[in-house]
Amino acid sequence: MKVEIINPKQQKQKKEKKHGVFSILWREIVKDKLALASLMLLGLILIIVYGTSLLLNQDKIVKVDLLSIYSPPSAEHWLGTDYGGRDILGQLIIGARNSFTIGLCITLLTGCIGLCVGLCAGYFGGKVDNTIMRVIDFFLILPMLMLIIVFVSILPKYNVFSFILIMSAFLWTGKARLIRSKTLAERELDYVSASKTLGTPDWKIIFREVLPNLSSIIIVNLTLNLAGNIGIESGLTYLGFGLPESTPSLGTLVSYATNPDILQNKWWVWLPASLLILVMMLCINYIGNAFKRAADARQRLG
Amino acid sequence: MLKFILRRIVFMIPQLLILSILIFALAKAMPGDALTGRLASNPKMDAHTLMELKHKLGMDDPLPIQYGRWIKGLFHGDLGMSIIHQIPVTQLIAGKLGNTILLGVAVLILSYLIAIPLGVISGRWTDTWADKLIVGYNYVTFATPLFIFALLVLFIFGFVLGWFPTSGSIDIQAQNGTFAYYMSKLNHLVLPAFSGAIVSTTVTIQFLRNEIIDTKLKDFVKTARAKGVSESKVYNHHIFRNSLLPIAAFLGYDIVYVIGGSVFLESIYGYPGIGQLFLTSIMQRDYSVVTALVMISGLATLVGTLLSDIILSAVDPRIRIE
Repeated sequence: MKVEIINPKQQKQKKEKKHGVFSILWREIVKDKLALASLMLLGLILIIVYGTSLLLNQDKIVKVDLLSIYSPPSAEHWLGTDYGGRDILGQLIIGARNSFTIGLCITLLTGCIGLCVGLCAGYFGGKVDNTIMRVIDFFLILPMLMLIIVFVSILPKYNVFSFILIMSAFLWTGKARLIRSKTLAERELDYVSASKTLGTPDWKIIFREVLPNLSSIIIVNLTLNLAGNIGIESGLTYLGFGLPESTPSLGTLVSYATNPDILQNKWWVWLPASLLILVMMLCINYIGNAFKRAADARQRLG
Repeated sequence: MLKFILRRIVFMIPQLLILSILIFALAKAMPGDALTGRLASNPKMDAHTLMELKHKLGMDDPLPIQYGRWIKGLFHGDLGMSIIHQIPVTQLIAGKLGNTILLGVAVLILSYLIAIPLGVISGRWTDTWADKLIVGYNYVTFATPLFIFALLVLFIFGFVLGWFPTSGSIDIQAQNGTFAYYMSKLNHLVLPAFSGAIVSTTVTIQFLRNEIIDTKLKDFVKTARAKGVSESKVYNHHIFRNSLLPIAAFLGYDIVYVIGGSVFLESIYGYPGIGQLFLTSIMQRDYSVVTALVMISGLATLVGTLLSDIILSAVDPRIRIE
């Protein structure tokens, strides 16, 4: 516990500073060296991945070259090749792009659903809240991983979009619960009652007044979820129930390691992808944790 | 208390019902049953024999009747026949369940053995280097996906160093009942249990740390100190006891986590449990096994959360909601 004594002069200065959500988040990131480094590293990875994937020719990467099967890293193939003589580095970049994009899509989609459902349940309370909470309670007891796998394997026209939809269908409940509980607390505050007395329509109170007050919590939650979703996606792809083969993900590269020979002797096939997942998730989590501190004024560093 | 438990159990019934309908509908929606696969592999089987076989297995009855039969079987412990293995599903699962329970218990025990001391240390000596180390460890384990961690552990300890076996749950040569048999079982358990445990320590450590830091500042602790109670006694008797109790309530949720994790752990370590059975069954479209496994996992999840709620309400009477 650190008690900061703020003299009146400093206090005045602080008041003049902008207090928008993003400026608070940014200030926290800058104060935390590790989070700043994570942000820069993640930015660098993303720029490289998205930048080069524009230049890369996907057909060239997935072209089978039987003369160089499982060749170890060399000047020509920086990270070696796989069982079809395909360049690992190229697959790594495309995989990282797909994994991140899909993780982001799932996060945004679940965020939207969770936000709407949570806000409604929390704001209206009563019967609406009860019904929604029963549904969410039901989702909580589902063996999620197994059901996602079942869904993935029974869908007839399975593609990336169906994968995103299946994942989102199961993953929105956590956010809805969080936002509901926060909205429930917010609803009791005077500004909401005042607005209601003035005759502001409900939707306007929800989106223009309650929502901005929850924004920092939402950003924190979305950031941490992004890391989790990338993990779940690559994990499912690793098991063979994630992205279809036409869209390689980082999990696809890791899944080659199910073959003990590759796991043991051909590290260049699966290790870079595993480490890249690890690094990305660590970075996103660090950033998310800095955001978390920023969202709670008592824990802020700056 | 009894009333709370009863209410909670009654509340479970509709959930179970919806779950069973959902799972049944999914099973029915699976493209091609196990017989289609047999038709392709066995050219002698013509459409007529297939129809006959389907009729014999009751696959052409109306759906509600099939559902009723399935539920009736469920209550009698009869989960149908595995069409691929040609043995009752109950028998198939029973053969693998032991391994999964063993692995799950090992993961839970190891994870508590690691998490509780670490949580206590970092809560008691906040802001020391040990605390910072533990918080750092927590960041990393929280961010690491189970399958990546398990794979790295397998690669390093199983293949590079060669300390532990890399696949299976037992040596083929081991004689049942001998000392070597149990040692081999244990030896095969080390890596999967260890990697499962490390990744699942985060929540416990984080919770324990926050709880201890919160409790430290409470009035009763100040009173104890003011009365001259020694520092170690303040911690062991007053703070830890209060902070450790809620941890017990996580047990049920941990069961849920272990079930999900077993799919990854068992597939990576080639450990013959129900997680692996689930994956192979779904690939072979052995839908009676798949439905049975999903149903059992759903049931276990329900019981797990029920257990957590009961423990939590026993520990903390404020949670007993009317």
